[in-house]
Amino acid sequence: MLVVENLQLKLNGNSIINGLDLHVGKAEIHGILGENGTGKTTLANLIMGTNNYRPTGGRIIFEGEDIAELSISERAKKGITLAWQEPARVEGLTVKDYLSLSSKNGRADQIERYLLMVGMEPKQYMDRDIDATLSGGERKRIEMASVLAMHPKLAILDEPDSGIDIVALPLLLNGIIEMNKQGSSVLLITHSEQVTEIAHRVSVLCAGKIINSGAPLETSQWFKNNCLTCPHINEPAH
Amino acid sequence: MIRYSVEEEYKGIISAYEKAGGDKRALQSKDVAKLVIHENRVLANDGVKGLKINTEETDSGVRVNFTVEKGTKVARPVHLCFGLLPKEGLQEIIMKVDAQDNSEVSVVAHCIFPNAVKVIHKMDADINIGANAKFDYKETHYHGEDGGIEVIPKAKVKVGKGGVWQSTFSLSQGLVGRLDYDFEVFCQEKAVAELVVKVYGRGSDDIKILEKIHLDGRGARGMAKSRLVLSDKARAEVRGETYGNAPYARGHVDCIELVNGTEAVARAIPIVEVTVDTAKVTHEAAIGSIDRKQVETLMARGLDENEAVDVIVRGILKS
Ligand SMILES: Nc1ncnc2c1ncn2[C@@H]1O[C@H](COP(=O)(O)OP(=O)(O)O)[C@@H](O)[C@H]1O
Ligand SMILES: [Mg+2]
Repeated sequence: MLVVENLQLKLNGNSIINGLDLHVGKAEIHGILGENGTGKTTLANLIMGTNNYRPTGGRIIFEGEDIAELSISERAKKGITLAWQEPARVEGLTVKDYLSLSSKNGRADQIERYLLMVGMEPKQYMDRDIDATLSGGERKRIEMASVLAMHPKLAILDEPDSGIDIVALPLLLNGIIEMNKQGSSVLLITHSEQVTEIAHRVSVLCAGKIINSGAPLETSQWFKNNCLTCPHINEPAH
Repeated sequence: MIRYSVEEEYKGIISAYEKAGGDKRALQSKDVAKLVIHENRVLANDGVKGLKINTEETDSGVRVNFTVEKGTKVARPVHLCFGLLPKEGLQEIIMKVDAQDNSEVSVVAHCIFPNAVKVIHKMDADINIGANAKFDYKETHYHGEDGGIEVIPKAKVKVGKGGVWQSTFSLSQGLVGRLDYDFEVFCQEKAVAELVVKVYGRGSDDIKILEKIHLDGRGARGMAKSRLVLSDKARAEVRGETYGNAPYARGHVDCIELVNGTEAVARAIPIVEVTVDTAKVTHEAAIGSIDRKQVETLMARGLDENEAVDVIVRGILKS
């Protein structure tokens, strides 16, 4: 589904992504585990084409086609989408409108279902604006609902758990599992080993490079032993 | 020269009115006051009890006398429709409004120029709001995508003691063309004036806005608000002026212009002046750009860039 080969990104002379290789299979939840500043959000931007990021080397292949130079909309139309770590707020746009424009069939009952899947009461939220009156956690769950509404082939979720309280976290993880059951592949970016428990496969990111990859439990254990205790962030010892 | 029958003409304008979001049923209802003008012809004109609309067709437009009699509270909004369907033409509306003491009315106007290639629409309004009278005026424009239109709305509004004038001018559907909006309001004691303008400029639209409020009576209040979004090579100059000339007058000028891209040009010129100690007039003017992340968020859901900007602009102009 998604093949990233020897991906490079230099920003202002600094190598942020550094020969990164990654495979995400069809209907796979692939966890990316990495500490802060290791390049997780940058990778998400490169795959989605956001923030004007274009690789300075390597390839991003989606369903056999190099997408690295396509616009965001073109990538989205191919079935890729991104839930931002800190989603934007859009004054004057209601939750209902946002979810309908993400959705292929904007039926109201369907839209309500997506909200319920992330543990939100539709009545309470449908007519709210996606503005500063929503809490960070609410905004993130709406972002997840809008990804669900899109039925993407590949959903890139950048730290979906950050800013989510412990009550809402299981609901959110459940939303990701549902998304996967609907047939979406998921690139699940996080710095929490707990979140990668729902993944089929996990890769560890350090200094813009995948330094280990494997089954979730073993790999997150490896991450704990090696990365969490590592004194030199972004200078991989492995 | 082709002359359609009045009936055909009426059908044409009503269908354009409906496409523009107008409420057709309101135009058909007997207890709703209405005025429908196409070019310089009055196609429909109905008052209701206490509300009189007199018209006189001129070579280039229509003179309208709009009177709300003393104490009349008009229950349902009055619907006005001014339109010009051909590609070329001139429409001058000369409007005299007399909202007498203690009257109340709300007016919804649709101005429709869907095919304009070379069209001028002018409105000159002389408006008198009596003591404790309340007048709410909403004007929404629907233009085609040719941009060959000039819109020149000018109004002088006098608001008597304790009276209220509220107006909203919206132009966000189709290209603006050239807009020269000039509203000036004079407020007497405890009178209230609220001017709102919302415009979305694209292409090579050329926009001039002047909102001017004189707070001449004790305790008068004024608000001059504008929201503009500019894309492509559109340019806009917005002047919001408020003069606090009487004790305890309160005024505020609030202008936000958002620019999308690098070629559009926005200027904001707020002028606030106070000639009396206890009067207070404030202003805020902000020129910014459309948040790139908002655009990208919607693009990541499959919208094209233009569609995404459009959704964001509608949101901004809604609030
Ligand atoms: N525009 C930029 N110019 C230079 N360095 C940047 C830029 N943006 C991000 N970085 C750096 O790239 C690294 C990776 O950032 P990011 O992808 O946001 O990390 P993560 O999401 O894993 O926390 C960080 O060290 C950050 O400081
Ligand atoms: Mg990040």
